[in-house]
Amino acid sequence: MTQLPPRPAVQPASALITGSAVPAPLLSCRDVYRSFGATQALRGIDFTAGAGEIVAIMGPSGSGKSTLLHCLAGILLPDKGEVRFAGERIDRLSEARRSALRRERFGFVFQFGQLVPELTAEENVSLPLLLARVARNEALGLARPWFERLGLDGLEGRLSSELSGGEAQRVALARALVADPQVLFADEPTGSLDSLSGELVMNLLVDTARERGTTVVLVTHEPRVAAYADREVMVRDGRASCVALGDAA
Amino acid sequence: MSVSYALLGLLEQHPNHGYELKRQYDEYFGRDKPLLYGQVYSTLARLVRDGHILETGNAPGEGPERKLYAITAQGEEEFSTWLADPVTPEAHLQTILGMKMVLALLLNRPADAYLDAQRHAHLERMRELTAQRRTAPLIDALLIDHALFHLEADLRWIDLTTSRLDSIAKELKG
Repeated sequence: MTQLPPRPAVQPASALITGSAVPAPLLSCRDVYRSFGATQALRGIDFTAGAGEIVAIMGPSGSGKSTLLHCLAGILLPDKGEVRFAGERIDRLSEARRSALRRERFGFVFQFGQLVPELTAEENVSLPLLLARVARNEALGLARPWFERLGLDGLEGRLSSELSGGEAQRVALARALVADPQVLFADEPTGSLDSLSGELVMNLLVDTARERGTTVVLVTHEPRVAAYADREVMVRDGRASCVALGDAA
Repeated sequence: MSVSYALLGLLEQHPNHGYELKRQYDEYFGRDKPLLYGQVYSTLARLVRDGHILETGNAPGEGPERKLYAITAQGEEEFSTWLADPVTPEAHLQTILGMKMVLALLLNRPADAYLDAQRHAHLERMRELTAQRRTAPLIDALLIDHALFHLEADLRWIDLTTSRLDSIAKELKG
């Protein structure tokens, strides 16, 4: 695999969140509740992920696993409870600061790549850097090595409509990782792919996360995808059921 | 081996004699393969020898099959340990997992917690196999994939059973 260039200059985390201490775990939530109207999606859930750890969130449809991911990523605010990143409460940050945190510290991959259809693959990958005010030429230069790394050579100029599902998902993965996030949130990242493409995406995701020390929060209902993680958290009826490694030995 | 644990679990409900134990076993676990009387009594004799059950007299009626057996404290401990221990993940486990679920529900044990532990054991095995497959030659990867798909089938059964525990318990207890 090709080595990637060092991460582009972005604001330090301390510019986004107050305080400088960075205790483990890197990402956590405690006693989080979240409702949508009369439906309680999360009911006092706890979660932790250490730096560089890959954690799978599993559970049946409607169990609250995607809502948990959205709360951990600061996309949704909990009704009650706290969410911490690098030791600081992110549920208390303003929307603007949470948005900056998501842009500069977090990466996202969803079930359907959600590439911007008007942009080329290369422009899609460089998008997080452009939003972080990295100059266009520099951003494209940082985006290009990802194409070789993820087996996408020659597809730089294609629009998303000209890519296969597996190719589009690898472009989405490159876009999520190009700004070297501390946490990658992946919500059913192989859900729309056949087995072989899914395996390729997961191998690349895990290899890159391990190499860069990226924490991964992986929502999936597929055991074969969860098996790439260091451990799993089961969510059922908005509550977590954690089995620590070794408990079942 | 699992016949011994099934009889221990059935005896944990209340003392019973061999004929009735066979009837209950066949109803819950032996539809395709009922227990032979010889197997019932040899298993009970072995459980007595190991101190897991003891003879407590005779039920009303005639004949040696009316002998009553009761589980001992040692037997209860042996049974509880077996029930809570996840089965070593391998293909085609439904029979023994199904037996554990029926016994757990009959005895008001935490069947959902047992299933969570079993799910974790399965995922641990899948993690090991997935890690092996990532560096394995393709011919080995094919065999690993086969094992992974079977473990995944078990996990689907575990998930479905988890969501049906309440209904199964109601059916079992009438």
